[in-house]
Formats: sequence, C-alpha cells, structure tokens
Amino acid sequence: MSLMTVENVGFSYGAGRKVLEDISFSVPKGANVGLVGESGSGKSTLLRLLLGLDSPQSGRILFDGAPLEARDRAYMRGYRKRVQAVFQDPYSSLNPAHRIRRIVTEPLRSLKVPGDHLAMAREAIASVGLTEDTLERFPHQFSGGQRQRIAIARAIVARPELVLADEAVSALDLSTRVRVVDLFREISERMTMIFVSHDMGVVAALCDQLVVLDRGRIVEAGETAAILRDPQHSYTKSLLASIPRMPEGA
Amino acid sequence: MSDLLTVRDLRLSTPDTVLVQDLSFSIAAGERFGLIGESGSGKSLTSLAVTGLLAPGLRAEGSVELAGTQVIGAPERRLVGLRGNAVATVFQEPLTALDPLMPLGRQIAGPVRRRLKREGAETSRAAVRDEVMALLEQVRLPDPVRLIGAYPHEVSGGQRQRVAIAMALACRPRLLIADEPTTALDVTTQAEIVRLITSLVDELGIALLFISHDLAVVGQVAERVMVMRHGRAVESGPALQVLTQPQDDYTRNLVAAARRFDAALEGQG
Amino acid sequence: MSTVQTARPMGKGRRSRGNATYWLGLVLVGVIVLAGLVSFVWTPYALSDMVGGRLEAPSLQHWAGTDRLGRDLFTQLMIGARIALIVGCGAVGIGAAIGVTTGLLAAFATRFLDDALAAVFDILIAFPTLLIAMLVVAAREEASLGTAILALGIGLSPIVGRITRILTKQVLGQDYITAARVSGTSWGAIVFWHILPNIAPFLGVNLALQFGLAVMAEASLSYLGLGAPPPNASWGRMLQEAQGTVYTAPWGAFLPGLALFALVIGINLLADGLRDRFDPTKGAA
Repeated sequence: MSLMTVENVGFSYGAGRKVLEDISFSVPKGANVGLVGESGSGKSTLLRLLLGLDSPQSGRILFDGAPLEARDRAYMRGYRKRVQAVFQDPYSSLNPAHRIRRIVTEPLRSLKVPGDHLAMAREAIASVGLTEDTLERFPHQFSGGQRQRIAIARAIVARPELVLADEAVSALDLSTRVRVVDLFREISERMTMIFVSHDMGVVAALCDQLVVLDRGRIVEAGETAAILRDPQHSYTKSLLASIPRMPEGA
Repeated sequence: MSDLLTVRDLRLSTPDTVLVQDLSFSIAAGERFGLIGESGSGKSLTSLAVTGLLAPGLRAEGSVELAGTQVIGAPERRLVGLRGNAVATVFQEPLTALDPLMPLGRQIAGPVRRRLKREGAETSRAAVRDEVMALLEQVRLPDPVRLIGAYPHEVSGGQRQRVAIAMALACRPRLLIADEPTTALDVTTQAEIVRLITSLVDELGIALLFISHDLAVVGQVAERVMVMRHGRAVESGPALQVLTQPQDDYTRNLVAAARRFDAALEGQG
Repeated sequence: MSTVQTARPMGKGRRSRGNATYWLGLVLVGVIVLAGLVSFVWTPYALSDMVGGRLEAPSLQHWAGTDRLGRDLFTQLMIGARIALIVGCGAVGIGAAIGVTTGLLAAFATRFLDDALAAVFDILIAFPTLLIAMLVVAAREEASLGTAILALGIGLSPIVGRITRILTKQVLGQDYITAARVSGTSWGAIVFWHILPNIAPFLGVNLALQFGLAVMAEASLSYLGLGAPPPNASWGRMLQEAQGTVYTAPWGAFLPGLALFALVIGINLLADGLRDRFDPTKGAA
C-alpha cells in the first residue's frame, strides 16, 4: 500500500526553466526511499513540494490516497501531524534563542497534540540517545551531531508516519555521520522515510529503494541493491563510478 | 636540507585555548602529502600557519621551514615573497576565493604578471595573455577565449575550481596547498578535480599538501598521510598502510566508518 | 555525551571588555534616570524661581551655577534629565511601533509591495529626521513636548522599518523557520516566537542609537524653539539660553552638553552590553 504517490509532477520558479519535469514515483508504507541527485537535480524543490511548502504546477501528490492540499490550512494541520522533516544544517535548523525543551515540543504545541508535552519530549530525547538535561540547554551548547539528534527528536516527537530528511547527515563529520545514520535506521523501522541526499553511500546504507534525479527528471528508480549492482542509465553509472572508494588492503 | 617543508613542534594557541600542539611533519620536494582530520582537528589552521596567514589573535610557536625560510615570526614582507614564489593555496569554496567583480582572465593575469616580473621576463599584454591561455589549457578548461571574459558566477563550480587552480599554478609554486578543494563540488566533478590536481603536480614536479576530511579522496591523491585529531597528530605513514592497517584507535574508527559506506555501495549495507 | 567546549579566539578579551562597557553604560544611564526620577519629588529649588544672582558660577548653594535670570541650573538639569528620558522613550516607542510593523510587513509582503515599502523607507531616510520632525511640528501648529515626541518618533520610524525588514529577511532564510512551518506553527506564532526574539538583539542596539539621536534631535528642536515650550527645561533649551553667555558663564552651556553626551554614550554602551550578556550564543562557541 502506497503512503505517498507523486504523479507527473512539474515545477518551475516564476517563468524560468523547469526545475522538475514529469516526476512520478511512489513510497510504500514502511519503506525507506532515497532521492539521490547532485546540485541542480531538483531534489530540494521536490522535497519542498512533498512537505507542502510549495505546490506543483502540474501533476499531483497523493498522501494516503488523498491529494495533498498545500493551501488548505485545516488539511495541512492534519498532514503535519503525520509528516515531519529533518533539515541539512544543524546550525541553522534550531532557533538559537530557544531552549531545547521548547524546540522539541514546538510541533506538539503548534499542532495542539493532547497529552503531557514535557514527558513526550523526554521520551523523544531519550530515543535519539541524548540525556534528559539536554532539554534545559540552548542549541549552541551542542556539537553538530548532537544538534542533528535534537532535530530528529523534534521530527519524531509527534509520532508522525512519514519523516522526510533533507541531506540530514551531509554536514556531519564522518564518525558522527555513521552514528546518525544508525539512528535514522533505527527510527525508520517504526515509520516510513524519504531520505534526500547527494551522497550515494549514505543513501545506500539507509534506503531499500532509490530514485535517481538528474536535471529535474527521474533517470532511474527501483530497488537499491539492483541499481547498485546493475545501473541502467548512463548518469547513474557515472555517478557510481565517480564515488571515491577506500583503497583495498595490500 | 632535502625537505621542501619542515614543520617541527608546531603549537598554535589563543589566550584561552591550545588549538594545535606537538605537530611535526615534513614534505619532500615533489611529494604528495595528505592531511586528514574532522572539523576542529586543526588541519586548516596548520595550512594557514605554513603560509603565514594565521589570524592576528593566534600565537604560533615552533618551527615551520618552507623552502629554507622560517615562516614563524617572519615579517609580512618576506612572507608575501614566499607566498608568490614557493607556495600557493587552493581553497574549499572557489566562489568566495575568487573576486566576484573581476573577469576570470584578469584574476589569473595578476599572479602571472608578478611571476614574469620576478623572472625578469617580458610583461607585455600579449605575453601575459599567452601565459594565461596556456594555464587555462593546462587545467583543461574548455573554450578559454570565452572564459577569460567571464565572471565567477557565470561558470560552474568545477570550472571555478579549475580557475582557482590555474591562479595557484600561475606563480609556479614549489608547494601547492589544497584545502578541502573538492568538498563543495558534486561527486562527478570532484573526481575530475582530484585527477587534475594529481596529474598536474606530478607533471610539474610540485609538492602537494592535500587537506581533507574524506579518507577515500586523500587515499586517491596522497602518497603519505597524517591523521589529526583535536590539534594533534594521531597517526602518520604511507597512505596505503594508514588507510588499510590503521594502528591508532581513532584512525581505525574513521577507516571503519568510511568502509561502511563503501560496503553499502557494494550492496552489503 | 559531553558538550564540546571550543572557545572562540579572543573570546575572553571580548567578554571582559563587554562587561566594562556594560557597567559604565549602566552607571551613566543610572545616574541620569535617578536624577530624572528624583526631580518628580525633589529639586534643590523651584524651576522658575529666581533664587540667586545672575550667572553665578557653581557653588555650594548652586551646584551647577545659575542662569541669566538667576534660576538654579542644577534644578534645570534634573528636570532636563526627566524630559530627555521621556522624549527618548516616547520617540523610540513610537518609532519602533511604526517601524517594526512596517518592516515586518515589507519582509512578508509580495515582491511588489516589498519593493515599494523599501523605496519609501529609503526616500524617508534621505530626509533628515530633524526636518521630518519640523514638518510634523509645523503641521500640528503648536510646539509641545507631545508634538516633539510624536514628530521624532515618526522621523526615526523609517530607519527602524528598514532595519527590521533586512533582519527579518535574514531570519526568514534560516532552516528553523522552515522547520517551524513543518511543525505546523502559524505565521503569527513564527513572527512572535522565532523572528522577534532573533532580531531583538540587533534591533535593540539600533534602537539605543535612535534613542540617543532622538534626545539630541529634541535638543535641536528646543534649540530652534520648536521643542517643549518654557517652563520645560530641556537640555536643548538650556543650551539655547546659554548661547549668549557662553564666554562669560561657560558652565551654562557645558553642563547640559555634558549631560546630553553622557546619556547618549551611556545608552549605547548599555545596549551593547545587554546584547552581549543576554545573547544565549555568546560565551561558548
């Protein structure tokens, strides 16, 4: 059963060049789907459309069988309860003026989720591997990896069904990145995830399905393992061939 | 004196914090040396110390000898000569490293003219232009005639980085410092720039100090590497040995992390 | 997991210097505020009583001397402090209310309205604040303290509007705004909880600057006879009245000038210091 379906979506900013053209794919419930592309591929724009921050000019996006009504406030409130996001830059995605407690409980307050918000925040913070005293501190007191964990806690605190991650580990150091990828893996067992990234290695480690974007079009989509083993499109082939690998043992 | 660059017991500090300490390494003429480290390791500060470009609030102690000149404590005038002559740097973000209001050709012409003057050669417009064209060809930039008149924002990230490399080579340095030169680039472009840098330094006999957080990229470029963490060297040795049989715990962790993503690409995630 | 402490270079020096300016600002402003408050209940003499000889030098009876009518200058200085503070707070309050509202409006508006508002700000800024204030006073056809405050508030509002617009646009580009939208936060709440707290430190320092300018502009208006009419003893009016006797009794011009200078400097130092003290990102990088 498909949780999200994108049908023939097209988008351009103003009267300019098409950023996305004829994009179609679907995200089955419980799956981890990777959207891979380099700069200019349109992957970030696509993510904004999936988040309902912009509306496609052609085609449509279905969520749980019904069209995504980005301009319908009542609909979007329900949608936000079910769909949350983690962004790339852990230094700009947390409001520096707020304590972590406030940052993590923001979706609960804004979406008027019933229940003990502080208890839910504690649980979310614990589930991303941080200690409870985190809640009383400010973002600048944490490293990049810790901040990204806080951003993940904010994304899962309202128990969404789908989490969208935009280059969510790209700004992190290698050793931190491995641990945050592990955290995403753990979380993805409980929900559906769409992981947008330029980093094929990260996506390969996280996602069982891949959608490869190049200049606003899908060039290849399918099972991750199949694409890695036998890429069909020349772009996917060159992308895979360009990735630097570690030297083999002497 | 066989080494081009010798760093001995380098220590960099602010009044509050020690940022780099007990750092010693050397690079022979023509050698490709890799400096690996995560953020906060002090790797970029080290490269700034080599060129004498440290921020004023930083205190440098120890010894950095570049082409027979002591950099630490040297007056700015001597450093300017050194930077034009012995060492040139390519930075991470070519968009900010280039002057946005100057055509690319003129940006490359600046260091070219200085070198021609230094060598006592002719510095007529035609002579400089010939040299600029030769450099653009050397960094494999297509359509050099158009590029000379273009502004930085009008060309792609990869092309900008090639221009930055051309500028660095324009003064015929004996040491090229490349500080995360491919981090801001797409992976397909990254591969081309890595190949370009490696082949150019070999062709021209220039020594290379390649700084990166990406182990695999350093592995492709460097013959010898040093791993830094929290301002100290934790391990150094031949690149292949460090990247395949790391001795230090931290290096082992880094290598394991890099190999995990490699394995995922082989479908063993 | 422990927090990584990486102090920024020069961190310590900056902080202690910031503390010194904060305390100096606090003392300067504190003395003037105190003088202004005390003037409501006590002054050495009554404001318009001729209690001494003409142009007496400072003495034990008259701490700041007397003016050419024999009135006590220290009394006038105290009342002047009260008026300067009322003018500064009032003008900045009005200027901030108009400026922040229009600045936010511009930052959120469509491209066309934003461009239009930005142009209006720029044109109004090109007119000297004092000139705008004079026009407002002329339009109201009477010079009173209230008119002067309203005039100065309107005069400085385009500067506040322009800064608010620029700061808001910077904050709008941050990921935490997108994150708030994705969290379901309404635009009203985003302005209140995300934008205002993040532009406040920079806006506050600018408003302090405007406070100083407003107090000086009021002095200029009074000096021109367009400010608070007598018997209000604003520092500007004191300066105007001391003009003719500046060679024979220099303290009459020097002391209100010094008070004006101390208030303007003090407010700016205090605002800088407050920003550094209450910015949660300062202290540890």
